[in-house]
Amino acid sequence: MTSPAIEISGLTKDYPVGFWRKRMRRSLDNLTLQVEEGEIFGFLGPNGAGKTTTLKLLMGLIYPTSGTARVRGRSIDDVAMHREIGYLPEQPYFYDYLTARELLDYFARIFGFSAKERGERIARFLERVGLADAAGIQLRKFSKGMLQRVGIAQAILHDPRIVFLDEPMSGLDPLGRREVRDIILDLKREGRTVFFSTHILSDAEMLCDRVAVLLNGKLQGVGAPGDIVSMELHGMEILFELGDGQALPRRFADRATVTGRRCRIEVPEAELYPVIEELRRCEARILSVSALRPTLEDYFFGLVGREKTASHGVEVNAR
Amino acid sequence: MSAMPGVVAINTFREAVRDRVLYNLIFFALLMIGAAILVGQISVGIERIVIINLGLSAISLFGLVMAIFIGVGLVYKEMERRTLYSLLSKPVKRWEFIVGKYAGLLLTLAVNTAFMTLGLVAALLYVSHHFQRSDGSIFIAIYFILLELALVTAFALFFSCFSSPMLSTLFTIGFYIAGVFANDIRNFGELAHKPALGAVTRGLYYILPNFHNFNSIAAAAHGDAIPLSLVGQNTLYAVLYVAVTLLASSAVFSGRNLK
Repeated sequence: MTSPAIEISGLTKDYPVGFWRKRMRRSLDNLTLQVEEGEIFGFLGPNGAGKTTTLKLLMGLIYPTSGTARVRGRSIDDVAMHREIGYLPEQPYFYDYLTARELLDYFARIFGFSAKERGERIARFLERVGLADAAGIQLRKFSKGMLQRVGIAQAILHDPRIVFLDEPMSGLDPLGRREVRDIILDLKREGRTVFFSTHILSDAEMLCDRVAVLLNGKLQGVGAPGDIVSMELHGMEILFELGDGQALPRRFADRATVTGRRCRIEVPEAELYPVIEELRRCEARILSVSALRPTLEDYFFGLVGREKTASHGVEVNAR
Repeated sequence: MSAMPGVVAINTFREAVRDRVLYNLIFFALLMIGAAILVGQISVGIERIVIINLGLSAISLFGLVMAIFIGVGLVYKEMERRTLYSLLSKPVKRWEFIVGKYAGLLLTLAVNTAFMTLGLVAALLYVSHHFQRSDGSIFIAIYFILLELALVTAFALFFSCFSSPMLSTLFTIGFYIAGVFANDIRNFGELAHKPALGAVTRGLYYILPNFHNFNSIAAAAHGDAIPLSLVGQNTLYAVLYVAVTLLASSAVFSGRNLK
């Protein structure tokens, strides 16, 4: 039987806080999860949820207070494990005195590639992240988005089996985000595992086979995006346009969003056909009808809201 | 032997040579050596002594400034700027990073010292148009300066593993000054005739790096021969001291949680 790509068991991280550093703040609380080979796994949570802490623990940049983790069957303490992984840190910062080509050459040397292979790989990966024209420019002159791209190139330069990306879309324009999404999908097609953290839920919904949601260091749920959120209909959305001189029927006035002549209303599923009939009668042009389903975003906000309510409750009781 | 320290060292060297501050320091050192010619000309009969004295002092002083000010930021800067994240996520052990950073700065210092030595040689040739047999001591004195810089760099790197550049600078300068006066510290304890104080100063004498033995500037300036036994002794002392300091640095850095 093959071992999971990533196996995290009871991973916990406490940070000392305060002047004497005697108090402890729990940043990650008993995280247990598995990621299978070939999956795109989304690690979701608001800022400060513990996503970056988890990734830093897996990379061996910080040490766990308790718990263990294995990557492709190897302990995270084993430096040899790093041959099989690639990592893009959050808001990456690289040696700004180097050019993009020199940076990739530096990292390629670590993997022992020959000069010829280094040159070939560097050209290929700079092309892949859209930086072929900027290869000879010092990184201090790079924009945030360009740094993010060079960060992705260094993470996949050595063809790792598992790629960890910490907020890979951050700082990118819509075109850049689409390119990163394509790279992630390409990696999956090549049979690689991608573990990426994000707070942009639409990206996770679009890309991930499974997601885990983290809040205040605690795992809230793991599963396919469709399993995590109920697929039950919330209602129907109707988009329509009024003709010249036509008025919005009075009974929709209080619940319609009107932009010029274009209107949008949400109705319960049972009312859909009567409402469409009524709109036809007043000669409104129906532009679209779509189902309203809860999104990961709704799930996420629901969790954060519950957490806030719970913490407020504690404060009230304490008084 | 792992090739990683070499890869890290080359990048450290590249970082140093792309820093303009370095060129300013070399320029001032060469200026000082040049100024020694002028001072030599007004020191009738002892031009060579003055030039060698001032030249070697300039090499030592500017080398120390570089070793301390680059050394204290070697690890700290990488942690602070998080450039280490990408590097340590690759198959690089933490001790390999430490040894690589150290070797990179040492290489930088060696190249700078070579440039400054060329300046001194040029100044000597300008004044006396020839070399004497006793001038060999100048190169031994420069070798001792390099050993001294190797030790100071190791200390700066060690402090850089757990404290800010400002504190690391103070600690390294403090260690250096204490090391220069290591013999005096021991003698002070013996002269005091108090057994407890004697034990403390003797302990300090053995713990502190003894920089006194690395200073052969006066001997080189006066053309005195420097015994080969001292060369061997200083080399062994520096190698052992650097090895222990690098081990300590690796141990401290390996246990650190990065920010």
